[in-house]
This record gives sequence, structure tokens and C-alpha cells, in this order.
Amino acid sequence: MTEAPPGYEGPGFFATSLDKLIGVARSNSLWPLPFATSCCGIEFMATMGAHYDISRFGAERPSFSPRQSDVLLVMGTIAKKMAPVVKQVYLQMAEPRWVVAVGACASSGGIFDTYSVLQGIDRVIPVDVYVPGCPPRPEQILDGLMQVQELAKNESLRRRNGEEYRALLESYNILEKDDR
Amino acid sequence: MIDNQRLVEEIGGHFGEKVYRFEENFGILGFSTAPENLTEVVAFLKDHPVLKFNFLTDITGVHFPDNEGAELCSVYMMHSWENRIRVRIKVFLPIENPVVPSLTPLFKGANWMEREAFDFYGILYTGHPNLKRILNMEDMDYHPMRKEYALEDPTRRDKIDDLFGR
Amino acid sequence: MTEKNTLIARTQEEALALNVPLQEENNYTTLNLGPTHPATHGIFQNILTMDGERIVSSEMTVGYIHRAFEKIAERRPFYQITTLTDRMNYCSSPINNMGWHMTVEKLLEITVPKRAQYIRVIMMELARIADHLICSSIMGVDTGAFSGFLYVMQEREKIYEIYEEMCGARLTTNMGRIGGMERDLSPTAIKKIKDLVYHSLPKVFAEFEELFDRNRIFRDRTIGVGAVSREMAMEYGFTGPNLRAAGIDYDVRVMEPYSSYEDFEFDIPVGHNGDTYDRYKVRNAEVWESIKIVRQAIENLPEGPYYADEEHYYLPPKHSVYHNMEALIYHFKIVMGEIDAPVGEVYHAVEGGNGELGFYLISDGGRAPFRLHFRRPCFIYYQAFGEMIKGGTVSDAVPIMSSLNVIAGELDA
Repeated sequence: MTEAPPGYEGPGFFATSLDKLIGVARSNSLWPLPFATSCCGIEFMATMGAHYDISRFGAERPSFSPRQSDVLLVMGTIAKKMAPVVKQVYLQMAEPRWVVAVGACASSGGIFDTYSVLQGIDRVIPVDVYVPGCPPRPEQILDGLMQVQELAKNESLRRRNGEEYRALLESYNILEKDDR
Repeated sequence: MIDNQRLVEEIGGHFGEKVYRFEENFGILGFSTAPENLTEVVAFLKDHPVLKFNFLTDITGVHFPDNEGAELCSVYMMHSWENRIRVRIKVFLPIENPVVPSLTPLFKGANWMEREAFDFYGILYTGHPNLKRILNMEDMDYHPMRKEYALEDPTRRDKIDDLFGR
Repeated sequence: MTEKNTLIARTQEEALALNVPLQEENNYTTLNLGPTHPATHGIFQNILTMDGERIVSSEMTVGYIHRAFEKIAERRPFYQITTLTDRMNYCSSPINNMGWHMTVEKLLEITVPKRAQYIRVIMMELARIADHLICSSIMGVDTGAFSGFLYVMQEREKIYEIYEEMCGARLTTNMGRIGGMERDLSPTAIKKIKDLVYHSLPKVFAEFEELFDRNRIFRDRTIGVGAVSREMAMEYGFTGPNLRAAGIDYDVRVMEPYSSYEDFEFDIPVGHNGDTYDRYKVRNAEVWESIKIVRQAIENLPEGPYYADEEHYYLPPKHSVYHNMEALIYHFKIVMGEIDAPVGEVYHAVEGGNGELGFYLISDGGRAPFRLHFRRPCFIYYQAFGEMIKGGTVSDAVPIMSSLNVIAGELDA
């Protein structure tokens, strides 16, 4: 159960603005794409388990298809060999999409300051929420997901078509014609 | 019961001058041989009716930058399950031409282990079915585990060496 | 086994020129069982060449999570490498940690007191239970049965609580120190371990086995799939449960006992055919054997210190650092890395969750190793995967991969 957004209520109807309604709907049904590469993936499996249930936050259906998911949870170390794959998965996701970098390795390379590890996935894709930890406790991963819920609830409907977002994507060389 | 002394007698007795530099490190006997004798030595150990070294535990490479003429070393560890004894074979190679025969005809498991040693050190295994890089990216042009190369990526911009104590 | 379809002759002239048999018009398709693997095992790529539903050949690419552990280890002092070993087989990190500590203790010629050895055995067996629990439940998930996973993750949470009592972390534990353990088993930890192995785990695990052992669908999908013969297993360098499922009873705990394993009574479960079902059954039987070992260890826990009295390598207790000049000096020297290790070359193997995990350490007398090589079991037995899936379907390839228990962190190191 979630709180209704502020609106005008009457017998048999409820009036509120469209973006608030869509914000509430989106934030409570974020379907994650668990991009689990290493140890943080096992903590995600613990988060999916019955103790720290993630489905009570709406993330009931972890899908591995980018076309059908909303949140890309990148968990674990991303090596330079893997970076094009992350970018391709990100490109295949449909708007609106959010990215969470779970763990120290995804946020900034973690303890692996080496020639083969990408020092943070924000080198290749734009990231919305960073969850620190090595590995982060399940409560922290849930906190990260709740931050994404806040972002989804308060996002304007025009943001994805606006100038600022387009400039952000261009700074990562993600141009519109690449969207598949 | 086979012990290291018996191993020295058997191997040294059969191969004579071709095996040298016997040493015992924490219970494991090690010896060196030249690259051209490697297949013969390993086949002898594998097929011997008493020694029975049936298992190839590991193949790895080491880089000794100070040994002139023998900088790279390809290390083979074998294990005899029936006799509960291990042995280590080292083959020293010059860095200009580190060529050694591959053990894939004898042990199929040597395939990826040799690819890893090639990837990290540049040791060339002749007769290997598919000697290309396995863990690093295919277009990498240097062999990263050699001592002259740094650990960190030289092109990274966000980590300031002074602050990290380097 | 790892090579693509190479020379294909489509006409008679080509066949004569290339000296290969004439290939009829084939409709092979290429399927990319790619790095973003839907079964959350870790990232490897298999490019499968398929003839309809059957797999003709496969090309395996690994290295998507290569983190250069061996190069990092040449930079870190010995006690900092424990954090690297955590992240290799992250489902059972205490085993990696203890294996590394035992390697360094072999080099430094330190004997660890009995109580510390028993505590190490308990932690390693709990880690082995945790690793096998994940593997078996993920095999269930891959064949479509999700609820076994939920039951078993609850037990894994209890094992995490015990790790937290011992070292403070859930997954990447960094447990133990060179020379023993960092703290003794607290009464809460002993109570939790006893509750786990006497009350909750046997019941839940028996229920989990009941869900799968005689389940018609699970058996149809796993019996006879991905069979490995004894000779093939030995040639490819298999160790661990995969080798034991093929019929060979090689276990490092029995072959070269370390850390007081010779004091415990346990059996080595062995399979017949080496197929997926046998690997699953061997892992389950090993969980029961580990429960037996933990029970024996916790009943017969000897009294005594939990660390070796080696002031050069083990940090002195804090109260003596504040009151005793000598302890202060040793504390400083150990932390600032002024204590050098002796020159030597050592190889030590432990029985990890997947097989013989070996540490080959060459020390040249500095504070960091000269060369450290990890003999990773996953890397070595994954080579055989291409041959195991040949001739099967994709829906066989997925349970084979999950029954092999390949963990990407260990494979790519």
C-alpha cells in the first residue's frame, strides 16, 4: 500500500495531476535487470530471498531482457572487456530507465585499481544512484532502490525528451540513432 | 612408499644429465629440464608403472628479470594420487625466444593453463591447438604480468597518484 | 573442442581443394549464450553453433571479469592479500582465506594451536555448506523450481549471522589472521552454530532434498545429461565434487590433511556416471558430511589459545600494546610492513567448494610476494564444458553449467 498523491477527492472519483499519478505507478513497480557479475550479485540474491524481500518494493519480476525492465542494477566489477556489453544492454532499454551502480567496483573500480578493470561504470553509461559497500548489505541495496523510487516518483514526464537529458546522453556518445 | 629420494633416483637414473637442479621446497621435489626434453619427462612420469603421476595440477609462468638468458620460467606441477606425492618441473626460457612444447597431447587440461601463461608472460607453446589470449582483451599488445609493466592502467584520469601514495 | 566450424566445403571442387569431406547444405545457426547470462552464474560467453536444436560446437570466451589478482598480489603485503582471496570464490570465502593463511604459515613455519585449527575447520565446513546450498538451489531455479532457493537462502542467512559473529562481514569475510584467528568463538556464535547444525539445517535441507530428489521433471532434465567419464575427468584436471561425481574419490582433506582434518570422521560421497544428477547428489551428500564434521568439531573443541604466539607475525593484543614497549614495537613493525618474510617457494592446496584450490607462492624476502599464483579449480574444469554440451540441446547446456558450479570470480581471477 502506498500513499496517494495530493489531489481532489470526491464520491467515486479522485483527481490529481497526471505526472504525480504516473510517478506513483512507476515508482512502485520498478522491474530490475540484475546485471550481476561478481560478489555483489550474491548479496542481491540474498536481497531477493525471503529475509530481505525485494518484491515488497515492487521489484517482483527481475527480468533479464532489457526491453522489459526499468532499472539496470549493475552489481559487481565491470572489466574493460565487459564495458561494451554494459553499454549495449543500456542502449536496448526503453525509456524511462534508471541505472544503479551497486558496490564499490561498479561505482569507481573498488579495490581493483588495475589495467583490466573499468574504474566505475559512469565511464560508459550515465548512473542515477551509487550504492557504496563491498559488498553492500541488503539493506543498503534496498535503500538504493528506494532512492530510485524517489527519483521515479518526482520525475517530470517531459524530462526524457528535454535538452538536459539529451546533452547528458551525448556526453556519453549515446546518440538517438543508436537506440534499438 | 615412494618418497622424494626414490623420485630423484628414478628420474635422475633414467634421464641422467637432462634433468638438473634438484631441490626440495617444503616437501615438494622440484627439478629443471630443457624445453626439448619436457614432453619426454612428463610422459615418463605419467606412464611409469610405479610412480604413476596421473594428474597435472597446474601450469604457470614466472618472470625473473635478473636471470640473464633464463628470464621466463614455465612451471609444471604434477601429482600422483596413488603414491600421494607431488613434483614440480621448471623449464627456464630466454626472453627473446620463449618456446616450449605444449602438453596438450598428454593432458587435455593443459589447454587453458598454457593459454593463461601465454597471455600473462608471452611463453609460446608449440603444438597448442588454439594459442590466443584468454583472460585479457584480444587486442592487448603486451604481456601484463612481466615485471616491467605497471599494475595500474596508465590512461586513467580520476585517480591522482600523489593522493594514493604512488 | 573449443574451435569453431572451420573449413566447410560446399562444392565438390572445394572439397578436393581443401581436402575435407563435402558438407551438404547445412543450416547451422549461431546462438550467443552471451555474457549477460540469465542464470546469474557469472559472466562467460559461449557462441554455440546449432543444427536446429542440437549443439554442434561451441566457442568459449572467458575473461569478462579479469581483475588481475596475481598482479595485485605482487604489490600487497601478505596480510592484505587475504582480502583478495575473499573475492575469488565469493560463495565460500572463508575457505580461500584459511587456505591463504595456511600457505603463509607453511612458509613462515608457524604452527597454529589446536583450538584455532578446530575453529578454522568449523568455518571452512560452514562455507562449504553455504557454497553447495547455493549451487543446488540455483540448479533448481535453472530447471524452473524457484521455491527451493527461498528455503535454502534462509539457512544461508543463518550462516551469514555466524560469520558476522566471527569476523563482522557477511560475504567477503577476511576471516582469520596469519597465525590463528582474530577472535575466539563467542558463546553466541557457539549457540548459533549448534542451533544450525542440530536443529534448523537438517530439517530444511531434508525438505529441500524431498522437493528435488524424486521429482520427475528434475530427474528427466538431469539424469544422463552432461556425463563425464573418469578418464575424461582426470585428463581435464577436474577436482572436487565434479570429479567425485565421475567416480574418483580424490579429496585434498583426505589426501594431504591440513588443519586437523585427520581428527574427524567423514565419508567421501562418490557418484557413478558423472552426469548432472550425480553432481547434484554428491553436493547434497557433502552437505550432510560437513554437518557431521561441524558437529564433531563443536563437541570436541579443545581449550587453549586461538592464535600462535609469534610476535613477529601476529598482532599483539591491544592491552599489551598500550603497556608493554616490546609489544608496541612489534605492532608498529607489523603494521608498517617492516617485517620481511623468508625466501622460499611453497605450494599449498585446500579443498575448496569446487575442488583443489592451490596457492603457489614464491617469496624473495620482501614484504610482498615475488609471485603468487592461484590454482583455481573452476578455470581448469570449465575447459571441458564445450565437450560436455556437444550433441545436446540448449536446455541441457544450462543445467550442465549450473551443476558444474562455475563461479566467475574464481575463473577469471
